[in-house]
Amino acid sequence: MSLASDHAVEATSTSAESAEIAGRSLTQIAWRRLRRDKVAMTSLLVVLVIVSIAALAPVITRLVGVDPSSFNDKAVSDAGGLPLGRLGGVSLAHPLGVEPGTGRDLFARLLYGSRISLLIALSATLITVTLGVSVGIVAGYSRGWLDSALGRLMDVILAFPLILILLALSNVLTQRLETTFHLGELVARVLYLILVLSLFGWPYLARIVRGQVLSLREREFVESAVSMGAGTPRILFREILPNLWAPILVYATLLLPTYIAAEAALSYLGVGLVPPTPSWGAMLADSVRYFAVDPAFLFIPGTYLFVVVLAFNLLGDAVRDALDPRAGRA
Amino acid sequence: MTAVDESNTSVVARRADALLRVEQVQKYFPITGGGLLKRKVGDVKAVESISFDVVPGETLGVVGESGCGKSTAGRTVMKLLDPTGGKIEFEGRDITHLSRKEMVPLRREMQMIFQDPYSSLNPRHTVGSIISAPFKVQGVKPTRGVQAEVQDLMARVGLNPEHYNRYPNEFSGGQRQRIGIARAIALRPKLIVCDEPVSALDVSIQAQVVNLLEDLQDEFRLAYIFIAHDLSVVRHISDRIAVMYLGRIMELAESERIYKAPLHPYTHALTSAVPLPDPRAERSRERILLHGDLPSPINPPSGCVFRTRCPKAQDRCAQEIPVLRELAPGHYGACHFPEERHLI
Ligand SMILES: Nc1ncnc2c1ncn2[C@@H]1O[C@H](COP(=O)(O)OP(=O)(O)O)[C@@H](O)[C@H]1O
Ligand code: SF4
Ligand SMILES: [Mg+2]
Repeated sequence: MSLASDHAVEATSTSAESAEIAGRSLTQIAWRRLRRDKVAMTSLLVVLVIVSIAALAPVITRLVGVDPSSFNDKAVSDAGGLPLGRLGGVSLAHPLGVEPGTGRDLFARLLYGSRISLLIALSATLITVTLGVSVGIVAGYSRGWLDSALGRLMDVILAFPLILILLALSNVLTQRLETTFHLGELVARVLYLILVLSLFGWPYLARIVRGQVLSLREREFVESAVSMGAGTPRILFREILPNLWAPILVYATLLLPTYIAAEAALSYLGVGLVPPTPSWGAMLADSVRYFAVDPAFLFIPGTYLFVVVLAFNLLGDAVRDALDPRAGRA
Repeated sequence: MTAVDESNTSVVARRADALLRVEQVQKYFPITGGGLLKRKVGDVKAVESISFDVVPGETLGVVGESGCGKSTAGRTVMKLLDPTGGKIEFEGRDITHLSRKEMVPLRREMQMIFQDPYSSLNPRHTVGSIISAPFKVQGVKPTRGVQAEVQDLMARVGLNPEHYNRYPNEFSGGQRQRIGIARAIALRPKLIVCDEPVSALDVSIQAQVVNLLEDLQDEFRLAYIFIAHDLSVVRHISDRIAVMYLGRIMELAESERIYKAPLHPYTHALTSAVPLPDPRAERSRERILLHGDLPSPINPPSGCVFRTRCPKAQDRCAQEIPVLRELAPGHYGACHFPEERHLI
């Protein structure tokens, strides 16, 4: 074996080529890919607009001069309470028309509905991710009996007939929440939705995280940390957790629209939010009754819900593509 | 077999200044059956009763086919795995049963360089934070500050110190291995286990990395356990070489003796496969080809584990396990019928 004497040769020869991507972490590379993706940037923009609209709902409605709860019997016909005017009563005073029967402004109700909907979806996503990641890391790293016990718990939760339980127990449990914590009905219902969604959502993420941890813990950098004398907290939070951000982010961005749709579906079924709370699901439930005579009442909230869920989903897909090294689109 | 005295077991003579001493260390991985109860159904006998020692500044080469237990042996003596049996002494202190916590202060003295330059560096950490991790974990505060110290280390191993904030994905395999080396020498350990540190690298880069390791050894008086799967890599760097087969040490001697006068049939086969620099000698020399596959470490052959492939195997080899014994001064072998062969 001939031994080359200059061990710095190789180090310098490749430094020119790597100078181009100086100091870029995988996150920065992913962000660069994301920025070049037109669908991703469009959906990100739409998502930002949706979130700002929801956050600024009181300001916007005041500027437009509408509010979600005042009745307006001048905007609906005396007989049958159908909106007066075309497209469900679209006018300068009511940009998206009015609700049949009550004459409440649809634009304002849609905006306030998005506030509650996003609040529920965001909180439930946050709790789901926190629970799922914690349990998944512990299960994956501990192996042994703790892993088995947590695995059984997840199996049990996933095997639960979720919808049935929600339907059956929603009224009893919201009332229980109201009385135990002295909450208003609306707060109790919102809380109930958040808790139920996250309680049944976390095991899926926990399984994904557990699987990732099982493979990460076998990587040599973990062993290297042990060989330096690192303790378990450092290994879990400094070595393993940073490698989980990609799957967590992808899961969270795809979970959010699922929860938005789930809240609407539950409210539609009467399990979630109930009138007079402005809620997309409750609105859709109402609109079905009026579909033959006032189709705009179905299409307007329906379209908005569709756009919101689609934008979040497209963004989630794009984030996954950008973070997945095999995407090969960059 | 009740009275097992020292002379009848595989133990190497005690050297007074030994940094690390390994006596009959065993590492079994239990195989559990499926189902809820995880009943133990057998063992992978990855390392079976190995003994060797390492003195300060020395390099012990460990060679053997892939799967023969080299990595397991390296990890076990580093106490990254708990030994199933045997005894490990570091600087005269028995560390066999120390807990992970009790090992922490000792980790400054022994480090490891890993085989895979990709999986051994955390892709989410910068080079700076990777090389400074030993300081952080051990609570060591260099007088000039961690960053200056780390940048010195980077320069020392042939990396550009300005690349402190870069991520591993921006470096080549050879450069990544240098990062791993800088991390291993950061706390000035006395012993480094190098687990096939160049096997994953291009041949042209292997020599550079081996040279770097040798320079560092001279500079810091490091002892190395240098693991490789073929003899040609370890020859140059090793003072002594241990030849492993199916979890056991077959032969242990000074490097030159392993090459020039091996006593064990397995070493004969290994050395006959190393290409000779002289083409005429290369053509005329006799090659010993091994037939058959490496037996399973779950169910190793009785007696001598090498007997299923040994050209010299006899009845006794199936009945009696050959212990590692001193066949010539400082030259250990585990064979009932050792024979000196001059191959070069
Ligand atoms: N964690 C483990 N669990 C079960 N078997 C293992 C484990 N690690 C290694 N082994 C087995 O032990 C034997 C020796 O492996 P290893 O020490 O990696 O060999 P080498 O480094 O010489 O290639 C192999 O048969 C391998 O399959
Ligand atoms: S003990 Fe027998 S089988 Fe084993 S190496 Fe020696 S001669 Fe071969
Ligand atoms: Mg190995």
